[in-house]
Amino acid sequence: MSSTDNPPMPEIQLEPGALRHLAEAQVNVELDTGDMILNLGPQHPATHGTLRLVVRLDGERVVSADPVIGYMHRGYEKLAEYRTYPQITTLVNRIDWLSSFANEVPFVDAAERLMCVEAPPRAQYIRTVLTELSRISTFYLFLGEMALQVGALTPAFYGFRDREYVLNLIEGATGGRFHPNFNRIGGLKDDLPWGWISETREVMKKMLDGCDEFEDLVAGNEIFQARTRSIGIVPGELGAAYGMSGSNLRASGVDWDLRRDGRPYLVYPELDFKVWTHPDGDSYARYWVRLQETRESCRMVLQLLDQMPSGPITAKVPRIIKVPAGEVWTEVENPLGQMGYYVVSKGATGPFRVKIRSASFSNVSIMPWLLRGVYVPDVITILASLYFILGDIDR
Amino acid sequence: MGLVENGTLSKPAAKPLTWLLNYSRKYSLWMFQWGLACCAIEMAAALAGPRYDMMRLGVIPFPASPRQADLVVISGTVTDKMAPAIKRLYEQIPDPKYVISMGSCSNCGGPYWDSYSVTKGVDQIIPVDVYVPGCPPRPEALLQGIVMLQERIQNEGLGNDELAARWRGEVPGDVAMVSTPVALPSPKARASKVGAPDA
Repeated sequence: MSSTDNPPMPEIQLEPGALRHLAEAQVNVELDTGDMILNLGPQHPATHGTLRLVVRLDGERVVSADPVIGYMHRGYEKLAEYRTYPQITTLVNRIDWLSSFANEVPFVDAAERLMCVEAPPRAQYIRTVLTELSRISTFYLFLGEMALQVGALTPAFYGFRDREYVLNLIEGATGGRFHPNFNRIGGLKDDLPWGWISETREVMKKMLDGCDEFEDLVAGNEIFQARTRSIGIVPGELGAAYGMSGSNLRASGVDWDLRRDGRPYLVYPELDFKVWTHPDGDSYARYWVRLQETRESCRMVLQLLDQMPSGPITAKVPRIIKVPAGEVWTEVENPLGQMGYYVVSKGATGPFRVKIRSASFSNVSIMPWLLRGVYVPDVITILASLYFILGDIDR
Repeated sequence: MGLVENGTLSKPAAKPLTWLLNYSRKYSLWMFQWGLACCAIEMAAALAGPRYDMMRLGVIPFPASPRQADLVVISGTVTDKMAPAIKRLYEQIPDPKYVISMGSCSNCGGPYWDSYSVTKGVDQIIPVDVYVPGCPPRPEALLQGIVMLQERIQNEGLGNDELAARWRGEVPGDVAMVSTPVALPSPKARASKVGAPDA
């Protein structure tokens, strides 16, 4: 492998010992053996879908790693040209299938911007609550799965157990456990059911307790720390240069969250919340940041429930939705990072062109750089800590 | 299971023997999960979620290799790029083997019925025993699919014809599909649709 395959490593200050395995490479040069090519995937539990990784190994160390994507390519951008706007919300649910509701929000936002319609305040609040609930359910899966990838089985059961409570809430409000398809252009399909708010309050307390449990059980675990600390370090500037976003970038110390720093959307400007960052940028930092963000989301949901206004849940929109000609770009902070839609309309019932910017595609593009020089068991840890969804990569 | 291994029996097996063999097979299904898309998460919830707990049905998840598996659950969108890998996986599973197609995408293409890159139904590649509809199906639906498959295994004959057909990768026509809303096409329609995997 030549050194030109990957961009040069920027100058970063690391703790002594963090890159010790790179120094040990000198021994391997003397005992030079042929490289071994290991094919990981296209189906592996750690890849959250169908990522294939062709890894070239020198002993236990990775010389190069080439991700092969496209096993989950379903042609979203082409399909969107043949669907009407309400039909597309069904499709975009399934891009990042763990946080379906959060995928709908930017698309509906784009259509509403083009039509100059604004959803009523109550609809905006419910949208924000459901977005945060989907963030909690996504991260709970991560908090359990990440521990599973380093060999701890118990947290995975905890994660799946507690996640069901949140899915129950989403199902109670929208009717869909997984893919709510609850957004309509100009508002929502339905109002919240009776008793939902008080139930949500109780579940959020349960979730906050669960976060404490994860912090003790996983983040405070010595073995977990040994497997994740100073493994897979992403320098902040390099991560930003690769287009990483979301918790992965915040774990590298970049204080950037579209909910706070982007164009205002939903009711985030009225909320009081903290954007968590971690200076290390390693696998442990990514776990830690997501843990804190889960807590923060729970607090945000509680805040939103206290401030929930009354009123209608849909604005006045025509029965057959025709979006005026124009183009618009919307981006929001999804659980996995920055997600955006560029919608071009020519005045028909369906868009002329939709460009989807999804977070995972950019988040995994750093993989060839990041996996160079790590040990084979750490490949799985790093993959798990980057937390991508294959539908979000391939679309 | 030496009686079944060579695929032929000199004479039809006695009824209690058939019952016992099928009873043993249906409660020790090693399940290889081929998680592809959204349905994979629901399958994981059915496997790992304490609320659903698939193992109480005698389904053992996470075999190390398809060569140890009896059952494969295809859960999610099958793309044309993925299809050869699925076929190869199916051929690696030792007979007798069973397939559950989970979710609309692997049943028929689902919401991607007009996509250029999606295989419209995994039954174009491999024969399917149980279809579980839904987008995605709830974990309970997958559990019902497993129960239906177990009923089907219990009703299987060990005679020459049935086993030989199963070994050829065909779905035997005389094994009636349990008539609940979960079963979609009739076995006859399916048998005419799919061929032997090696053909």
